[in-house]
Amino acid sequence: MDLAKNNKSFDLECRDLRCNFGSFVAVDNVSFGVPEGDFFSILGPSGCGKTTILRMMAGFLEPTSGDILIKGKSVLNVPPNKRPVNMVFQHLALFPMMNVAENIAYGLIRQGVNKSDVSAKVNSALERIGLPGSGEKNIKQLSGGQQQRVAIARCLVLEPAALLLDEPLGALDLKLREHMKVELKKMQSQFDTTFVYITHDQSEALVMSNHVAVMNEGRFEQIGTPQDLYYNPNTAFVAGFVGESNRWHGRVDEVDATGIRVSTAEGVSFLAVPAGKERLAVGDAVDIFVRPESVVIAHDETRAHEMDNRLSGNVISVLFNGANSRALVREGRSGGELDVALPQTGEFSNLAVGQKVFLGWDQAQAKAFACPSGNNQGQGT
Amino acid sequence: MNTSNAARLGLILLLAPLLVWLLALVILPHIDMLLISLRERVAPQVYERSFANYAEFFTEPLYWRTFARTAIMSISATALTLLIAFPVSYYIAKMLRGRLKGFLFLLCLVPFWVSELVRTFGWMILLRESGVISNVLQWTGLADGPVEMLYNDATIMVGLVYTSMLFMVVPLVTTLDSLEDSLVEAGYDLGGNGLTVLRTIIIPHAMPGIVSGCIVVFMLTLGNYLTPILLGGKSSMWFTAQIYTQFITRFNWELGAAFGFLLLALSSAIVWTGLKLSRQTLSESMG
Repeated sequence: MDLAKNNKSFDLECRDLRCNFGSFVAVDNVSFGVPEGDFFSILGPSGCGKTTILRMMAGFLEPTSGDILIKGKSVLNVPPNKRPVNMVFQHLALFPMMNVAENIAYGLIRQGVNKSDVSAKVNSALERIGLPGSGEKNIKQLSGGQQQRVAIARCLVLEPAALLLDEPLGALDLKLREHMKVELKKMQSQFDTTFVYITHDQSEALVMSNHVAVMNEGRFEQIGTPQDLYYNPNTAFVAGFVGESNRWHGRVDEVDATGIRVSTAEGVSFLAVPAGKERLAVGDAVDIFVRPESVVIAHDETRAHEMDNRLSGNVISVLFNGANSRALVREGRSGGELDVALPQTGEFSNLAVGQKVFLGWDQAQAKAFACPSGNNQGQGT
Repeated sequence: MNTSNAARLGLILLLAPLLVWLLALVILPHIDMLLISLRERVAPQVYERSFANYAEFFTEPLYWRTFARTAIMSISATALTLLIAFPVSYYIAKMLRGRLKGFLFLLCLVPFWVSELVRTFGWMILLRESGVISNVLQWTGLADGPVEMLYNDATIMVGLVYTSMLFMVVPLVTTLDSLEDSLVEAGYDLGGNGLTVLRTIIIPHAMPGIVSGCIVVFMLTLGNYLTPILLGGKSSMWFTAQIYTQFITRFNWELGAAFGFLLLALSSAIVWTGLKLSRQTLSESMG
């Protein structure tokens, strides 16, 4: 929550925000601030409360307690139509009874902008989103990506303090989604507006954002830059949710200055570094996370020898996907499965199922988090 | 026999009852009525082809005034029904969820489980001089003597709106149900207030339902006989009563048939004008 602490000027700020639905706590004391011009994402699995936060910021839901500030002013009890933030809805909510130009003009007319200014602003917005001359078109005549851009332009012409986006890419197909990620980032710098983006798709959040908050069960697990979340996760949830991970469960055998030694129930022993806030002691139950891309794979034992942790196993399947190719390896001693990223040198282009490979990774790449429940979740990704 | 022949035979067999029904019970009687309306009795048992019956409608002020009165009352009743039914429908379609929604919708339907005649008599029991409301008013001291609330235009209006309500609520609930909540929210989010959201988003979306509801209610009201006669009595001056009089009392089938066709033509003209004024098409609102 370091973002909320320093007293910079925030475009949007939430203080101890809480929202209960009956006895269910949807949002549990969340505090954060979004600096001006930031692309801020809230990333979390469905049902974690991220939409609830967005709806409270837009004014469709009253928080149970806490405060929401836009440009330093509290907006509690301010109705949605009086708040200087606009929302891009999940299914866009373009008005089907109006054409493209009327959709963009809707908010401007409500602001009392005079007619000639409205049409000038609408035309310049249409040009900026690459749809000049499409004002007369019906909404249904536009492609998915074009509708997306109209929905965003409709909000941005109003020059809001912040734009709230509720998983707007969810309904698009994969190819278009990849394209729109770049497009959205471009639009954000073009219109120079603060974006608050919620999504369950980590790649959307990591690619586009300056800051990402990872949310789980109504609480923020960690706020940071995408790099922070990826390389230095604070909690086991973040380590597991952001990026891919191989995961082991074990108990701490030894603690020293450089890290810890952990052994799993199957008798495999690892060197790892404690990554969470809790101090680990001998006997504590921990989860260890190792990214597939930090595992080194080798045909012979010497290459992997330099690594702190070493394993060997047989390939059980090769998942070829160009640059993101993976191999699934069954570890010899414990029988657990490991996800390993293949280097792009072509060295493993003829890797075959059943082949024996040697794996290794540095101690620093294995992050250990205290496992509060202590239950054995075994191995897996 | 190949499949396309079999399919065609199937189609003919399926359509046959409908076609027989249309031909025997709708088209043939109408053709006969049209022929009757186009003849004039010049002597007992002697008829001549002429437009005299139609001419009489326009030359005799009582007839076209009755029609004008019926049309204006029907339009007002339709507007009033829409005004009352719209908030009710919006509440049922958009504000309620689950069982309560179904229950309230059913509640609109319940009065239609008894016949219109019984319902109208129910109103008469309430409103007549010796009726429930009159007695309550006297008992509480709000009125000195019996109060007659039947046989005036306001009562006819109440009866007509009551009878028509369901036919407005059903299409409205159906169209409003299909309005996405996010559209209304987006309307507010982009700075609109309740009135602009209603005017620019909700009503345009509900337009097909409004139009089809209005057409049905208008036609039913214009062609209604029971309610105006029972609640309005002799002073109701309803055009259908005029047709009834020609056929049954005056035994002037020729004029009655002409009136029937005039009612059909004029009401169609009014609906057409209404569609043109609201820039809607029939296929859009019925589809």
